Amino acid sequence: MYEHLSRFAQTGGLIYFFAIFAVVLVYALWPRNQKRFDEAAQLPLQDREPGDE
Amino acid sequence: MSTATLKRGGMDNSTASVAGLLGVFAILSIYIAANAMDRLMGVHATIFLFALAAWLVGIGLWAGKLEGRDPFDETKYEDTLVKFGVFASMFWGIAGLLVGIVIALQLTWPNLFYFEQWGFTNFGRLRPLHTSAVIFAFGGNVLLATSFHVVQRTTRARLFGGMWPWFVFWGYQLFIVLAATGYLMGVTQSKEYAEPEWYADLWLTIVWVTYLIIFLGTLWKRKEPHIYVANWFYLSFIVTIAMLHIVNNLSLPVSLASSKSYQLFSGVQDALTQWWYGHNAVGFFLTTGFLAIMYYYIPKRVNRPVYSYRLSIVHFWSLIFIYIWAGPHHLHYTALPQWAQTLGMTFSIMLWMPSWGGMINGVMTLSGAWDKLRTDPVVRMMVVSLAFYGMSTFEGPLMSVRAVNSLSHYTEWGIGHVHSGALGWVGFISFGALYCLTQWLWKRKSLYSIALVEWHFWLATIGIVFYIVSMWFAGIMEGLMWRAYNEFGFLEYAFVETVEAKHISYIIRMVGGLLYFSGALIMAYNLVRTAMGHERINQPADAPAVSNPPAAASLQPAE
Repeated sequence: MYEHLSRFAQTGGLIYFFAIFAVVLVYALWPRNQKRFDEAAQLPLQDREPGDE
Repeated sequence: MSTATLKRGGMDNSTASVAGLLGVFAILSIYIAANAMDRLMGVHATIFLFALAAWLVGIGLWAGKLEGRDPFDETKYEDTLVKFGVFASMFWGIAGLLVGIVIALQLTWPNLFYFEQWGFTNFGRLRPLHTSAVIFAFGGNVLLATSFHVVQRTTRARLFGGMWPWFVFWGYQLFIVLAATGYLMGVTQSKEYAEPEWYADLWLTIVWVTYLIIFLGTLWKRKEPHIYVANWFYLSFIVTIAMLHIVNNLSLPVSLASSKSYQLFSGVQDALTQWWYGHNAVGFFLTTGFLAIMYYYIPKRVNRPVYSYRLSIVHFWSLIFIYIWAGPHHLHYTALPQWAQTLGMTFSIMLWMPSWGGMINGVMTLSGAWDKLRTDPVVRMMVVSLAFYGMSTFEGPLMSVRAVNSLSHYTEWGIGHVHSGALGWVGFISFGALYCLTQWLWKRKSLYSIALVEWHFWLATIGIVFYIVSMWFAGIMEGLMWRAYNEFGFLEYAFVETVEAKHISYIIRMVGGLLYFSGALIMAYNLVRTAMGHERINQPADAPAVSNPPAAASLQPAE
């Protein structure tokens, strides 16, 4: 039982982590997201108050 | 809060609900103080009661002075709270470092401050006081202050919850007082970095969950479409610390009126839970929280966007998914199954990649503005913190390898490693953020004295070098002495001989600590003078007049 569970956890973990990493890479490198990321990167540099529109 | 809720005698809903909660706890602490099963619980319930009473009086006096003014004006940022956070960080930082020097002295000369009739001056009581003061009191206040500052500026929204952010701030200080006085009196559940007993843990849980709700609420009402990457790092820090704190502190108190409790887990399960907690306190308190500082304060200070926003996304997800598995490397050669040890070791080695990815992202943000390293010591401090981050995130994976660990574990090498991360990475990035915050929040053209920042930087850097080099030397030496056999197969050295051999290293370490501490004192002086609006006339000619030129300068490095 213990052997069985630990083997499942180990192989399952490998596949799970690999899949998540692949999804993150695709999301980060997807060309259409570039504009969004460029805008987000500017956020710390602006000096605006909450009341500004 | 809207003006409609302000009608009731100047108390809005959030203030009234905070006062109500404090009232409930005041009644509870009267009950516990009256029925305390042990003296320590009685003392703590009394401290708690007096603190709550003072707090309630404070709220009353504050509300009486409002005269119809909206204290939580949605068109303004909550900056006063961040200012309080800056000074709380400075205060606890100095207190924690001072205790560090005391215990470094005690290790060097064991009879120092040893009084048979006073338990509270013993090394065993002072050591958790030092670790918790620097990590949770100093580091925690830096994270509270900066997260409240950053989440507001990057969402363009005032903090959610009216009075509740103030509850988090003062509630956290009260937790620190309970923890610190507890260590001195001898209240402990004997879990490293999680020493406070059940009642302090429960209070912190309430404070921390409120912190999470405030953070999420502020993100919810944001006026910017994007959630900036620093907020992701802060959020992972707040969520994970809540989870770690609750699971590692699952215990059953002897009684509602007793300071003693029993852990839910035992044996190797308890050990694994503890180091799952302990290592992720490093990962999610001392790393992701301070990486959030890096992602906001370095771009802001040098006035250019982060080197690669894409890299920051890959950095975030890979770092948090890998860190959570690294804990078992603290339990090599124990009853923990070998495959679990190997898993912890493997994930620790993999951590090297996201760690260095993030470090490169932070350092390269300066590309095109490298001159700031020379002209602005605050920038230099933050970049050197990244160098120390890179160094300790290389050393850590190395030490997690089982064969290396057999030499390094339980030796001073571990202490040296922790301090290159704590003094170099966490300390320097925090000092950088505190300099920035003081100058920006009090709206000063410059810091009081750039020269004093230079003094701080060099004293602290030399102090760290003294510290880590002496501890490498002591650690590897004692590791080798412990495993040395003579020709008959007996151990070559008695344990006390290995202790004696470290005496010189201990002296050098203590000098390093003193240098670092003096740097922090200089910073405190500089920050106070800056807040007071003073400025030295003889500033160096190329002193950076950083008053944050607006977004006009948001050019890409290539342009």
